[in-house]
Amino acid sequence: MARAPRRDRRRPEAQRTEVHRSDPWRGSTGAPVGRKLSWFEQHQRTAVESLLRLLSDPLGTVLAWLVMGIALALPLSLSLLLANLQGLAQNVDEAGTLSLYLEAGLEPMRQQALVDTLSQREDVREVRLITPEEALAEFERSSGFNDVLAGLDSNPLPPVIVVTPQSLEEEVLVGLQSYVAALDGVDVAESDLAWLERLRTVVSLASRLAVLLGFMLSLGVLLVIGNTIRLAIESRRTEIVVVKLVGGTDAYVARPFLYSGLWYGAGGGLVALFLSALFLFVMSGPYSRLIGSYGGDAELHGLGLTNGFLVLVGAAVLGWLGAKLSVVRHLRAIEPR
Amino acid sequence: MIRFDDVSKRYPGGQEALSHVSFNLAAGELAFLTGHSGAGKSTLLKLIMQMELPSSGQIFVNGQNLRKLSRRQLPYYRRGIGLVFQDHRLLFDRSVFDNVALPLTIAGYDPRDAARRVRAALDKVGLLHKEHQNPASLSTGEQQRVGIARAVVNKPAVILADEPTGNLDPKLSAEIMHLFEQFCGVGTAVLIASHDLSLIRKLHHRILVLDQGRLVHGMDGDR
Repeated sequence: MARAPRRDRRRPEAQRTEVHRSDPWRGSTGAPVGRKLSWFEQHQRTAVESLLRLLSDPLGTVLAWLVMGIALALPLSLSLLLANLQGLAQNVDEAGTLSLYLEAGLEPMRQQALVDTLSQREDVREVRLITPEEALAEFERSSGFNDVLAGLDSNPLPPVIVVTPQSLEEEVLVGLQSYVAALDGVDVAESDLAWLERLRTVVSLASRLAVLLGFMLSLGVLLVIGNTIRLAIESRRTEIVVVKLVGGTDAYVARPFLYSGLWYGAGGGLVALFLSALFLFVMSGPYSRLIGSYGGDAELHGLGLTNGFLVLVGAAVLGWLGAKLSVVRHLRAIEPR
Repeated sequence: MIRFDDVSKRYPGGQEALSHVSFNLAAGELAFLTGHSGAGKSTLLKLIMQMELPSSGQIFVNGQNLRKLSRRQLPYYRRGIGLVFQDHRLLFDRSVFDNVALPLTIAGYDPRDAARRVRAALDKVGLLHKEHQNPASLSTGEQQRVGIARAVVNKPAVILADEPTGNLDPKLSAEIMHLFEQFCGVGTAVLIASHDLSLIRKLHHRILVLDQGRLVHGMDGDR
């Protein structure tokens, strides 16, 4: 490359402003301007500029955030509720027992032997024997049929063993139930945990619904962001052409749009978190009353800091992906002509 | 600096926009490219910018064979060319300063370092005092000068201008042309497409004349 002849010295020194103390025009063509920004600095600048650009259209941006926030809040709230119910199914203490009705004439020694066998099992927390006499006394106290009972020749009640399982996990319960039902001397094994089974079925059904809903609505968010970015690309077409002609790489042209997508997503995630907190607040009263009546943990638990952060990051990634889709489809098509 | 080697360009319709064009423009040389509309001026500039690819022949710019340029290299190649448009193509969503800074921002320069160069370029075109204004508030002539400042701000090896005086009156046109004359002095090759024959004849520079895609005047050694 040719050296540039040193021109621009014709002007008297006095006229030179601060700017020209070292005349930037003196060097050869293509001479470096100065320090280049690092990769991180460039991204930082673009990120901030993209955010400011979004905020310069507050109404449009807030609307976009709301659309995404509501779409994300729905599956988020549902899965929060389900997480609480699932936790509940693990922790109900009092409610979960098995009643073993023993054969009526079983000798006390064999009753005790059954109690001992059951007590030794690891999946059993507590075993309590209710003899027919105790059962009768309890019945008299609570029913008020004293006269009727006094007229009976013998005690019609069988001995009962009440077993409290160690945990209410499904595997443990099923194993224990089939074990006790097959025990010699046990007439009927009855579980008052049937409601738990039903709850579990409903929860697992609803979980699938939540996943499906989450998937579909995330796809919706992806498309909404993609479309928003497509419009942004369209409205900046002239700028993109000029930038490409003065040497902007594809990555440089795409970057602000990708960051816009990221900010749209993150904002939507924030709205979703707020909405799901609102949902919890509204639901917590009825929930406490319902679950409290079953003797469960009546408090509705929120998302927690870590999960909340994960939701935010997830939403931001979703936004970035939506923008990426749009950028890949539309940005390359804009070429200087 | 710019060398065309038997370059032809045919468009898919079969129309031949350029036919066997060869010339060599040296560093520090200024040349005008002229001819009737449709003679191939725009096509020739587009070939240099790699907005179009030649059908045959080879083009060398700044020592680089454009045939060997990949899509990835294209932006870096374009950074070495300053382009001035007839309609200036300034961005009205930012200040004059930011418009001129655009090529440096794209190249990733530190804004503090770039600012010196931007002010110098604006000073060259006499618009330093308007750096904070929006280009929309400037006159057509001033807008074109901002466009020129943007084209020269990173001291490109080549400056191309496509009808830079197309929308200007004769006095402003002459001013703009004098501006270009200053830049070829610093080792830059300047190629200006213009059909303002009365103006360019007065300026005593090489004139490349295209007629129906053929270079009919201004070949090397043909002055």
